[in-house]
Amino acid sequence: MEAVKFLLTGDTSVSVEFGNEISTEINAKIRAFNIALSSSGIEGIVETVPTYRSLMVHYDPEIIGYDALVKQMKKLFSKLGSIEIPPSDVLEIPVLYGGEEGPDLEFVAEHSGKTVEEVIKTHSSTEYLIYMLGFTPGFTYLGGMDKTIATPRLATPRVIIPGGSVGIAGEQTGVYPIDSPGGWQLIGRTPVKMYDAARAKPILPEAGGYIKFRPIDRAEYEKIKAEVEAGTYECRRYPRKEESK
Amino acid sequence: MSIRITNGGLLTTVQDKGRYGYQEFGVPVSGAMDPHSMAIANILVDNDENEAVLEVTLLGPRMEFTQDNIIAVTGGDLAPTLDGAPLPMYTAVLVRAGQTLAFTAPRTGCRAFIAFAGGLALTPAMGSCSTYLKAKIGGLEGRKLDKGDEIAFRAPVVALPNMEKRTLPAVDFRATEHELRVVMGPQNDYFTDAGIATFLSETYSVTNQFDRMGCRLDGTVIEHVKDGNIISDGISFGAIQIPSEGKPIIMLADRQTVGGYTKIATVISADFSEIAQAKAGDKIHFQKVSIQEAQDLYRAKKRWLRALRATLDAVPSGPRFDDYYWGY
Repeated sequence: MEAVKFLLTGDTSVSVEFGNEISTEINAKIRAFNIALSSSGIEGIVETVPTYRSLMVHYDPEIIGYDALVKQMKKLFSKLGSIEIPPSDVLEIPVLYGGEEGPDLEFVAEHSGKTVEEVIKTHSSTEYLIYMLGFTPGFTYLGGMDKTIATPRLATPRVIIPGGSVGIAGEQTGVYPIDSPGGWQLIGRTPVKMYDAARAKPILPEAGGYIKFRPIDRAEYEKIKAEVEAGTYECRRYPRKEESK
Repeated sequence: MSIRITNGGLLTTVQDKGRYGYQEFGVPVSGAMDPHSMAIANILVDNDENEAVLEVTLLGPRMEFTQDNIIAVTGGDLAPTLDGAPLPMYTAVLVRAGQTLAFTAPRTGCRAFIAFAGGLALTPAMGSCSTYLKAKIGGLEGRKLDKGDEIAFRAPVVALPNMEKRTLPAVDFRATEHELRVVMGPQNDYFTDAGIATFLSETYSVTNQFDRMGCRLDGTVIEHVKDGNIISDGISFGAIQIPSEGKPIIMLADRQTVGGYTKIATVISADFSEIAQAKAGDKIHFQKVSIQEAQDLYRAKKRWLRALRATLDAVPSGPRFDDYYWGY
């Protein structure tokens, strides 16, 4: 843990930086530290924001000053090994691939020299690490996509992409949480709302967790969509198997 | 129904201290651009200092009251009037049903805050009433106020203790040159020594690319060691981003939660009013302070707000608050 840096981000937050690259190891350290910090009982912490390589810790300087906070966090590092870190959750997102919902699926297949079925199988067989959320509420920065289905962005972005659209942009994949313009190759759509401000849990994915896409047919898409509208649908979540790390 | 908007003005939104606890999900904090002015307005009308207020930008709104309530207007002087007569700022005023509050011209500063005693009857979204326009959340249907909108008071008040003492000398926002104190970091080591020296010695001017998300400055290019790109990390209020082109952007209330540009320094909380009230063409200098000094100033402002409330709540024989108003 010698490499950990405390970077000043103003007088009410500090960025705890664990490295300078995008890697699953660094992300795991951030997650472990975040869990340890939340159960540490250190007073004055307002919220924490995990990103690719750091944890931003917002705090109230009236309750705890910078020097005292850093001292307490350093103490926590020495205890990290003895803190039980539960396995990450996998959030299963049902996706209707192709058709009107995934107008670029055939292009992605052509570009990668695979059949449409192979692209779907490749895309839906990976557990994608959620490195962080940002850009818009509920947008996930995912890692781990199979490079064989990487496809460049559209030359001309679409003016409007419906929320729930699942896309590929270069070596990245993700879900548009809300209607927005964008240039991703759209391969499908989920009836699940990744973001709904009115819901008890407004945003489903969590940084440090995983997303797995499950192909569904139109009948199931319509059924889930109705359940989502009625507020009765719940995405399956399950603990990720350790050995697959 | 309690206020009816007859003219929305340029950009009038509901704001409180902001939406905390959701940045990890990518939801920006939003909140008042000048939190200190908001807090003063609320304390003058005996609200919690973070109660939702109306944030008024440059060209203010016009609204009719359909119910009596006590209000206070703070921040930039946008020439508020009540039924056509000048409305004293930094003062608790009882407004009667049928009266019209209007803002007639931007004089000094550019953002005013209207606090309503007892607050506004709005439903928080994710724990906050702050309006975030891009995602259409908070405030009134997630948008700016417009003609015809109506907002009810939650618990209007027609009398407060020490009404005659609920006034302060207005904060002076006439300055067109601003000294912004900063703490260096998080990426000050991505700049050359010459770049840091440029940042701390040159004068920058506020451009008209200035909204709730950020304030773009113009001036001498600040030299990077390599370029202005980083692997994205968190962005705080006041963070000074320097993209590869070398000119600063001060990130404000509606900033994105994460970003991939180098941040050379962060404006300290005590100076948020100064930047929020700056206007296009104003000059900015940056002055480096230590984190300890910044946090001492933060705590001093909080103590000052508590002292203000205590004075207003005290029996009429107590000291007038402006006796030590300039003490922070």
